[in-house]
Amino acid sequence: MSEIKIRHLTKRFEAEGHTLTALDDVNLTIGSGSIYGIIGMSGAGKSTLVRSINYLEKPTEGSVFIDDTDLAELSPKELRKKRANIGMIFQGFNLLEQKNVIDNVTLPLKIAGTSKKEAREKARALLRTVGLEDKERAYPSRLSGGQKQRVAIARALATDPQILLCDEATSALDPQTSKSILDLLKEINTRLGITIVVITHQMSVVTEICDRVAIVENGRIVEEGSVDEIFTSPKTDAARELISGKKDSFSPVDRFDTGNVVRIVFSENSAFEPVIANTILKFNTPINILKADTRNVNGQAKGEMLLGLPEDEDLRIAIMEYIKERGLSVTEVKDHA
Amino acid sequence: MLEQKAIIMLLEGIRDTLYMTLVSTLIGYVIGLPMGIVLNLTRPDGLKPNRIIYRILDFICNIIRSVPFLILLILLIPFTRAVVGQSYGSSATIVPLVICAAPYIARVVEASLNEVDAGVIEAAKAMGASNIQIIFRVLLVEAKTSLMAGATITTGILLGYSAMSGTVGGGGLGDIAVRYGYYRWQTDIMIVTVVLLIVIFQIIQNLGSKITAFFDHRKK
Repeated sequence: MSEIKIRHLTKRFEAEGHTLTALDDVNLTIGSGSIYGIIGMSGAGKSTLVRSINYLEKPTEGSVFIDDTDLAELSPKELRKKRANIGMIFQGFNLLEQKNVIDNVTLPLKIAGTSKKEAREKARALLRTVGLEDKERAYPSRLSGGQKQRVAIARALATDPQILLCDEATSALDPQTSKSILDLLKEINTRLGITIVVITHQMSVVTEICDRVAIVENGRIVEEGSVDEIFTSPKTDAARELISGKKDSFSPVDRFDTGNVVRIVFSENSAFEPVIANTILKFNTPINILKADTRNVNGQAKGEMLLGLPEDEDLRIAIMEYIKERGLSVTEVKDHA
Repeated sequence: MLEQKAIIMLLEGIRDTLYMTLVSTLIGYVIGLPMGIVLNLTRPDGLKPNRIIYRILDFICNIIRSVPFLILLILLIPFTRAVVGQSYGSSATIVPLVICAAPYIARVVEASLNEVDAGVIEAAKAMGASNIQIIFRVLLVEAKTSLMAGATITTGILLGYSAMSGTVGGGGLGDIAVRYGYYRWQTDIMIVTVVLLIVIFQIIQNLGSKITAFFDHRKK
């Protein structure tokens, strides 16, 4: 239960004479006890951003506050103590290969100076939490990817942190395993009230567990808001691209784009009325359904459709108005190629 | 076959060779291991980059390693005499062996530590580990088997160098081979010492590999 405040954070890397700005005046407030998603394409700066939260990357300018403590004002020793209060898990798990499961989980406790007996008891309890109590003596090389990430989660929780940072924690896992890890994170958040920061490039991860999301592009936050809000009515191209998939992957928008394509989003409550059918009947004009999908956004079923509307502009606007009146969100899909 | 005197001499030779090899490896590690750790820490992408310290250690390692052992052996005679009191015999040979081995060990250790996955080090930092804790709880633990393999190779090399010191009265099997095989033309003794050296080398190498494999949990 800790609040994270990021103010005017800028990070520049000097490399061979030229400067790379990884983060450019980032401002974020991550509420205590929330699951906060930071999403962006690779190279957007999200990894640097998450590493600034525990000061593995020191900002060039700006500050990071954790519960109103400015990390810049801490001595190296105080900073290390603070870090013990911030757990972190990684895409590559980063377990010690030469240590078995229980010794991996007790490592942060040994670093914190906890007695061996106490550390073991704690580790066993955590292994039960992540469902690996029978793997205590196994070495990481014997575990599957999902099991390794579970060990890493147990290790990250060993020091009872208030914050858990997840850096692409499910990106190396298959969809089912990824889902089970996300469920575990959600459960941990509910049960322990830990603030969880999730870095990812997959919208599905965000819609699965996050409350709020920030979209990072070229080192800047281009959009921020509740997941529901951003999924329903994305304002920036970056957000739209993350929701509908990459440009280079097969996208009906690119193939059928006639400039008349709209994206509509409906939630569970509006799904009772046959809006599309009614629209067709009312306007007596065909509507082409280019894509239809449902997604789980924060436990709510959200439907998404791409519709090809008629050429006639007046008719098109009338249709969009009609759909909007039915409580559905409508956005024109621009050709963003 | 060989007379009893020669057998006793060869047994003493084995004892002296093992003594020189093992003691110089041990002392070599006492100096080389911390040196290797410091090299790894102070390198540009290390835990505590320090250009000056790195450059100095790097320079010392390169200088000593670029002098052929036989020349180092002769060059160090006055120093050896000052330390041990004499410049011949197996105890005296340990001095140049250690001086030759330490920078070599430092390099082997540095290379082993460099192999440790940067992600694991980052994870330890994120846990709030200090550099000392990272060295002892992560770097040395993860590099354990690589360090063991390095120690095995080092011991084998020092076995060879200890034999080379025989040319300047270093004692051990090499000394016997030079004195009997070279100066007195007693080929039989020379062949026996060579066979013994081969056997000892094989034992060291196999034992080292077995121990290393036993402690390696990465692929089991």
